[in-house]
Amino acid sequence: MSAGTQAPLSAGPLTTSIRAGERGGARSRRPTPRLLVTALVLTVVAIGATFLLDPYRNYQFALIAATFCATAGLTLLIGLTGQLSLGHAALMAAGGYGYALTANALTEAGIDGVPRFVLSLAGAVAASGLLGLLLGLAAARLKGPYLSGVTLVLVIALPAFTAVFSGVLRGDQGVQIAYDGVPELLRTIIAVEQWQAWVAILVAAVFVTWLAALRNGSAGLRMRAVRDDETAARLQGVRAGRVKVLAFTASSITAGAGGAVLCFVTQSVSPGAYTLAFSLLLVVAVVIGGLGSLLGAFLGSIVIVMLPWLIQTATGALDLSADAAQRLTGNLPVLVFGVLLIVVTAAWPGGIRGALPKRPRRGATSAPTEEPSTTSAAAPIPTTTER
Amino acid sequence: MDRLLFLLATGLARGAIFALFALALVLIWRAARVVNFAQGAMAVVATYVAFAVTGLTGSYWIGLASALVAGGLMGLVVERGVMRFATHASPLSGVIIAIGVVMVLQSALGIAFGPNARPMEAPFPETPILLGGVPVLSPYDLFVLVVAVGLMGLLALLFTRTSLGLQLRASAFAPEVSRLLGVRVARMVTAGWVLASAVGALAALLLVPTELGLNPHSADMLFVSAFTVAVVGGLDSPPGALIGGLGVGVLISLVTGYLGATVAPIAVLVLLVAVLLVRPGGLFAATEARTA
Repeated sequence: MSAGTQAPLSAGPLTTSIRAGERGGARSRRPTPRLLVTALVLTVVAIGATFLLDPYRNYQFALIAATFCATAGLTLLIGLTGQLSLGHAALMAAGGYGYALTANALTEAGIDGVPRFVLSLAGAVAASGLLGLLLGLAAARLKGPYLSGVTLVLVIALPAFTAVFSGVLRGDQGVQIAYDGVPELLRTIIAVEQWQAWVAILVAAVFVTWLAALRNGSAGLRMRAVRDDETAARLQGVRAGRVKVLAFTASSITAGAGGAVLCFVTQSVSPGAYTLAFSLLLVVAVVIGGLGSLLGAFLGSIVIVMLPWLIQTATGALDLSADAAQRLTGNLPVLVFGVLLIVVTAAWPGGIRGALPKRPRRGATSAPTEEPSTTSAAAPIPTTTER
Repeated sequence: MDRLLFLLATGLARGAIFALFALALVLIWRAARVVNFAQGAMAVVATYVAFAVTGLTGSYWIGLASALVAGGLMGLVVERGVMRFATHASPLSGVIIAIGVVMVLQSALGIAFGPNARPMEAPFPETPILLGGVPVLSPYDLFVLVVAVGLMGLLALLFTRTSLGLQLRASAFAPEVSRLLGVRVARMVTAGWVLASAVGALAALLLVPTELGLNPHSADMLFVSAFTVAVVGGLDSPPGALIGGLGVGVLISLVTGYLGATVAPIAVLVLLVAVLLVRPGGLFAATEARTA
């Protein structure tokens, strides 16, 4: 359990109420305080869970939370607006660099501790948000494979950018930051890995709750409208371009927050950590989790962090030559993920989220059982948002 | 000035390869309305086959023929095996499945052959010929240009002068009507994939000897450049792929020559974004707006 599950818990009744609103005219939305309470409970549960884990597991938990920031943004981008970005690793890297550069500047200015973290996180959000805004402006004019192509080129060009601006971005080596220890107050209670997991969980909770609120609000409604039928949405007065730019920017900001957390945990950011392979893994996570579902994005993040580690452990247990073991650990997870990607997309488009039982609807007086809408037939992939 | 001439000539040879590969993307786009993101990985598999065959028989030409056959087979297998399951209502599922294919093929190659680049010999010398004391083109570059232009001529003949070409074009532009007129549209889509994959395989085979060597990721940058070429030229337009390919090849050659190889991907990105923003249909597209 973690902060991640909050949104899907709220998703069921909420989407029905939006649907009820679409049908009946009067919108009865689930109030935001309830979302906040859910988020708070799940965050506390997740933080409590860190006490049950050993340091290495807590480190992995922190990685999962950081990845979850990025996959949550990506799943909403693909699920709500139908824009497929293959370059979210580059946006995470933008956040990581924003975090590292701000943190180093603040360290020189003599600021440290919590203010440094918060300001650096703001730097990460600014960097990734700006890049996301620029990409979003391009993305608003592009459809289907074109945006995928541009983002793919972006992530491939990332090492080139760090090399060209090596004065600031330090080329292949990347930027290192000062070590952030456990605060004095907690030093007797928890180890550093657990502290890092806490920070990761808190950041993920804040940003994912924001995304969930965005999705549940009128912005999310407009995004779905644009995805399903752009012309119809425009006729209703929805500014389609603006909606797409907003979606892409929001998605980049959360990806950047994920990159900032990764930088905080590993104390460095370098282009080698944000390769095309990693970018594709993010896509794998949201597809096998179920496009558009935040719970799915969380489960997908667990899979892409834990499966390579499991395979590495398994091949380590086998009696293989060093060369064969190295080939297997690097490639076997990618092979498995590729097969999963194909099978899930072709045969099981709902992903893990679609396979989970639907929650009983609370207060379902206004919500008759889901009838397949015409739009879900027209756009088979993104329908999972509505589950 | 000498250097400029040399860079222009190399750029043309490199651009011919980009154009071939972009042509493969265009062929599949026209046949199936899918941008085949797996084209690079499929071409690398075929290049590995050629590498193995050349190693066994000692003949470059048998290797080249086997790359064409392997490329065609890859197209058949990928189209019939997985791409058929992509839903056509959403362009995303085709892209996602293609990415799955990339991951499967590249990791399988990595497991089988390891990550190290294997040097691949060109059938002709790669030292430039001197033309009036100025180094211009190597015999291999000349070979590449001749093969690329020759193949494009053959494809043009195929599409405009044969019954198969007519059926291919018909089923790409009006599948429903073609079906009513007795064209087997599904078969034509497969034929388009086979043809395109063979062309892509040839492009990768021509490129690899000029690069560091053969490894599972050899065609990544080729795909990126060729995607840019296809977008610049307009995804629907084979002549656009040719002209765009030569243009992008020269551009990359000049950027690499004057600013360094690290800047080349940035130049590609800038060009791609600029073209998409200014003229999203590509410079040579016949239609005004794209629909998918």
